[in-house]
Amino acid sequence: MTEKSNFEPTIIGFTCNWCSYRAADLAGIARIQYPANIRLVRLMCSGRLDPTFVLKAFAEGADGVMITGCHPGECHYLEQNYKALRRYLLLRRTLVAMGIEAERLHLAWASAAEGIQLAREITEMVERVRVLGPLNWHLNGDQVQITHDATAELEVVA
Amino acid sequence: MNTPKERIGVYICHCGTNISAVVDVEDVAQWAANKLEHKGVVIARDHKFMCSSLGQELVENDIKELGLTRVVVAACSPHLHEKTFRTACERAGLNPYLCELVSIREQVSWVHSDKVVATQKSKAIVSSGVERLIYHEALEQLSVPINPATLVVGGGIAGIQATLELADAGSPVYLVEREPSIGGHMAQFDKTFPTLDCSACILTPKMVDVGIHPNITLLTWAEVEQVNGYVGNFDVTVRQKARKVITDLCTGCGICIEKCPKNVLDDIYEVGMNYRKAVYTPFPQAVPNYPVMDLDNCIYFDTGKCKACEKFCPTNAIDFEQEDEMLKFQVGNIILATGFDLFDARKMSNYGYGRLENVFNSLEFERMCNASGPTEGEIVLRDGVTTPKAVGIIHCVGSRDKSHNAYCSSICCMQSLKFAHLVEERTGAHVYNFYIDIRTPGKGYDEFYNRIVEEGTHFVRGKVAEVTNAARQPDEKKKLIIQVEDTLIGKQRRIPVDMVILSAGLEPRHDAKEVAKLFGISCSADGWYIEKHPKLDPVATMTDGVYIAGCVQGPKDIPASIAQGAAAAARVQGKIQQGEMLMEPIRASIIEEQCSGCRICNDLCPYNAILYHDATMTSEINAALCQGCGTCIAACPAGAVIGTSYSNEQVLAQIEGLLMDVSV
Repeated sequence: MTEKSNFEPTIIGFTCNWCSYRAADLAGIARIQYPANIRLVRLMCSGRLDPTFVLKAFAEGADGVMITGCHPGECHYLEQNYKALRRYLLLRRTLVAMGIEAERLHLAWASAAEGIQLAREITEMVERVRVLGPLNWHLNGDQVQITHDATAELEVVA
Repeated sequence: MNTPKERIGVYICHCGTNISAVVDVEDVAQWAANKLEHKGVVIARDHKFMCSSLGQELVENDIKELGLTRVVVAACSPHLHEKTFRTACERAGLNPYLCELVSIREQVSWVHSDKVVATQKSKAIVSSGVERLIYHEALEQLSVPINPATLVVGGGIAGIQATLELADAGSPVYLVEREPSIGGHMAQFDKTFPTLDCSACILTPKMVDVGIHPNITLLTWAEVEQVNGYVGNFDVTVRQKARKVITDLCTGCGICIEKCPKNVLDDIYEVGMNYRKAVYTPFPQAVPNYPVMDLDNCIYFDTGKCKACEKFCPTNAIDFEQEDEMLKFQVGNIILATGFDLFDARKMSNYGYGRLENVFNSLEFERMCNASGPTEGEIVLRDGVTTPKAVGIIHCVGSRDKSHNAYCSSICCMQSLKFAHLVEERTGAHVYNFYIDIRTPGKGYDEFYNRIVEEGTHFVRGKVAEVTNAARQPDEKKKLIIQVEDTLIGKQRRIPVDMVILSAGLEPRHDAKEVAKLFGISCSADGWYIEKHPKLDPVATMTDGVYIAGCVQGPKDIPASIAQGAAAAARVQGKIQQGEMLMEPIRASIIEEQCSGCRICNDLCPYNAILYHDATMTSEINAALCQGCGTCIAACPAGAVIGTSYSNEQVLAQIEGLLMDVSV
């Protein structure tokens, strides 16, 4: 096990094309520094977020996952971020049932104008996960010889 | 290990020193060439400026000489240069959608400073780009023909302007108005600030133009019921309410109105200040000039007797059997100009509107000033005869007030100054303006303010606490007393007046939310419709083909409403002239064999793009309606919904790439 003090978590962040990805662009343009632990995936909308993506990230070695999107009421696709919110709430319960701390999954809204806010959310997320320590879910998985077909796991839960 | 099926080129940009100062770009390129070779990377290069013509030529030459089938460029945000590199690929004969731009500037070099960590993260990002790109498909942009007809909703000044601009440019326009006549709020006004020209004199010629223009189909007393389709091809259903008057026969002579025995309080056009008949036109200059029958108040529909209008109509144009009609037509674009509602001043009970009879709201006062209004332009108290000797005008009623609307309604200062001038000119009364700040930023507006100051209007800076009729002093008897802290002298004042005018703010239409849903656009928290960009795109919305103009976007004065109406029309006309529109091919589709017909996806689509076929018991996505959000793909339990550009395989591969161990 990695010692906690040296532990650098890896976070996968899902962004939507219209708000939070642009917020990340804005953070860049404004040179707002945040920890390099986060790696972003662009989707068209937070509504595109298949819960499998989150499980895949954990299975591949991510220590935390962030879902970001437009603020409620500001979705480019009218209301699809509400669907992301619903999935997020259910997914957190599922993660707990799987033995993963709910704090490892975080939802944050950021408009295209909120580079500072997104950078702050990322910084806070990294610190939260740093405190939790490494997930090592992929190792656990290898030990108990379960398949990584996350879709199948999800269907069992559902 | 299998031989990779793709030949991938990776290009890392220095962006001058924007990237290379933090990221070791040579190392990233070398790493990609070695470690990603098994994924199909055949060449990895770095260049000072990938977006320069030299950088682009580098990509083009490699495509031709090395036979690249995929290209990854690691540089700035795809929102900046995705198109540049796609075009470069296209020039070299590669499908533009087989190029992936990943951001190592906005997401790495500009936000991180540790070189080792930044270089590692860049490698992970490049690896995710390569992994994802393998699953890319060659795509073609979708071309949509643009129907040259346009629907304009709302016949106020903004809608009228948009309609005329389009019609004059030769395009057919359907103008739909809920009331019996076009004209909107501007038709209710007497004078317009700051020039004080007569509102009707400048508005009615435009209304007449709309009425007779060969390119305009004017549908008044009508409402849009349903909108289906997408930019270029909207199917619109409009309910034409039964006028009970056959417009082909009616000459607009007005005899039916004259003979109708029933008086009805007109709470729309006359804001409850005057009566109209049960068969009526809202005002003499109405366009069109055909009357409508108010079924709730018509004696015949109530008791089955009367029919006075029918008896006296010289052309037999009255038809009691007429029913609502559903009109269906197609348009390419839609302009919403549905305007505003006045803030209901009864919500501020301390100002006594609705309780103290001589407290008026701004629209009531507009009607009173209007020569065709209830008092024929005489400014008098509610009794209809007494001329006020002192008048108080209260600004910001319902605006700039956290209990009601936080925003400034923008027109009330100028409107109040206009009222002050009209009161002074017509009655010689003392006028008091109670304001928080005077905001007169338009052309000629501040000059107008100075003119009113010089005319002798009193200005009291302070938010009025209360309007009351409870007299404390003998001189307050039978007066309305305005209790206010005059913040410029730091004292409480009680100012007795005969009449109070509340400059009520503007609010979104009470049904703005439902209308927004009907047209698939969104409202801000206040309820105004959201423009595509607050500065750079103020008349477009996030929904392609739907534009907004006038107060529907936020409070504004007449010149700004007209400018927006014309701007929206120009945008639409531009689209019409192009004839067709290219759309990004990011779309979802359903594999019919895998669809179980559970219909989970059907209700998730905000664009009603998913149709269910009873015959096959499967769902199908209309590619032209689909906007590509991907919610249905994520929801399908059978994995039967697939999407281009963001398929499950692409995203899962991208996640694998991002989490690749880059330390070795």
